[in-house]
Amino acid sequence: MNTTVARLTVRGLLGRRRALILLAVPVLLLAVSLAARSSGNDKHDLAVSVLGQLGLGTLVPILGLIVGTGVIAHEIDDGSIVYLLAKPLPRWKITTTKLAVAVGASWVFAALPMLVAGLIIYGTKDNLALGYTVGAMAAGAAYSALFLLLGVVTRHAVVAGLGYALVWESLVGNYVKGAKTLSIQQWGLSVAEAVAADGVLTATVALGLALALLVGVASIATILASAKLAGLTLTSDE
Amino acid sequence: MAVITIDKVSRWFGNVVAVNDVSMRIGPGITGLLGPNGAGKSTLIHMMSGFLAPSAGAVTLDDAPIWRNQEVYRQIGLVPERESMYDYLTGWEFVLANAQLHGLADPGAAAKRALGLVEMEYAQDRHTGTYSKGMKQRVKMASALVHDPAVLLLDEPFNGMDPRQRLQLMELLRRFGADGRTVLFSSHILEEVEQLARHIEVVVAGRHAASGDFREIRRLMTDRPHRYLVRSSDDRRLAAALIADGSTAGIELDWQERALRIQAINFQGFTTLLPKVAREAGIRLYTVSPADESLESVFSYLVSS
Repeated sequence: MNTTVARLTVRGLLGRRRALILLAVPVLLLAVSLAARSSGNDKHDLAVSVLGQLGLGTLVPILGLIVGTGVIAHEIDDGSIVYLLAKPLPRWKITTTKLAVAVGASWVFAALPMLVAGLIIYGTKDNLALGYTVGAMAAGAAYSALFLLLGVVTRHAVVAGLGYALVWESLVGNYVKGAKTLSIQQWGLSVAEAVAADGVLTATVALGLALALLVGVASIATILASAKLAGLTLTSDE
Repeated sequence: MAVITIDKVSRWFGNVVAVNDVSMRIGPGITGLLGPNGAGKSTLIHMMSGFLAPSAGAVTLDDAPIWRNQEVYRQIGLVPERESMYDYLTGWEFVLANAQLHGLADPGAAAKRALGLVEMEYAQDRHTGTYSKGMKQRVKMASALVHDPAVLLLDEPFNGMDPRQRLQLMELLRRFGADGRTVLFSSHILEEVEQLARHIEVVVAGRHAASGDFREIRRLMTDRPHRYLVRSSDDRRLAAALIADGSTAGIELDWQERALRIQAINFQGFTTLLPKVAREAGIRLYTVSPADESLESVFSYLVSS
């Protein structure tokens, strides 16, 4: 961790219009959960569709995409990353610091609002709200690492990330069974299932495998991002 | 002594060769890297600042490789060509952050000193996004100087500056050169380089075209054979009168253009000779235009010599 890199990254992430987009996630979750609470439908079904499908399935990956690419892709794009790189700083320190900021942001803007939404809809019963929150924290961290890597390796990180989150996880993952094994969302769900009371949630990936994959993807993505950053080539305007 | 050595360096991008077998040594004092746009100046500076790997050859700072070696930044200050620089920070915050990133013992004092050097204290509390081009350039300078580096690399620092800002920056660079620092800046404008650098390295089309004292290079540039295109009321008679003088090397009658193509050896001699000869022979001159005065042709002459 480097506090200066962290400070610059936080200001870059929150200082622009992006902060409004980040705030849209909690606002949406709270609005939906308040509406759900006053509806007469089955509370468990409501909690699963709001927290599972909307939260873990859609908002967590989108937020992960915004913060994961947001902590680095913009700086690479406009060239200001040169002020971080032209310093005697180990590259892995820059990457891990930026990752920490992205993970923190995904917890504050996605996992925490999910906890509040879960409590509003379902209370503390069966540890369901807590389960989804911990699942969202795990998934948010993995998404942040993966999308940070995308932000370093491609100029089209947002498109590539949307492709993964929407096409692979949501579309393919919902219809092809095997694809679920390779889905951060499903790994997050396994964590949620383990934390919540028995039988409240169902997950397709075994907990041990899910944890190994979460940690593996996050570490490999971070290592690759650091390696790529160490050999970052500047493009000239000529 | 901080010396950057470029040893038989080539850099290609796919099929395009941007830098072709260049060797040069940049030592203390001010060096101007001169060349037309697209000659490979930025590519060279990117390799010298560790942001591009040479495809062949080696770029070193006092024998230490620069590529993938972040320790060199303790000695190198880089002023990049691009302007973007965290425009949500104030000038002070930006320079201070650079000092902190260097891990300096007293970043506050270093930032204050650097901003003082470029005389930007008066605007240090404004956001850099609101700065003019010249102000941005100076704050970029301050960020590059904050750790008191032995080497300063500047990519096209005078681009877009007004004459007053240009003079200020030149004064500043002169001081650094006089301090014994190694200062290298790139430019495509001969006059700019001439005013500032005693030592010049010329690159043209990726090749190292000339190296040395600016006076020597200036002389090479003015002493080269000059070509002119001349139209007059009687081309043949004018040609006959001109060839008799020693300052003319060759004359061609161009039938398609209906003009004379003249090659002069002695630039000064020819420019006084032509009007004199024409007046004495009663010939009217309609067109006298230098055929190869563009910077590119001056440079390509240097390459061929």
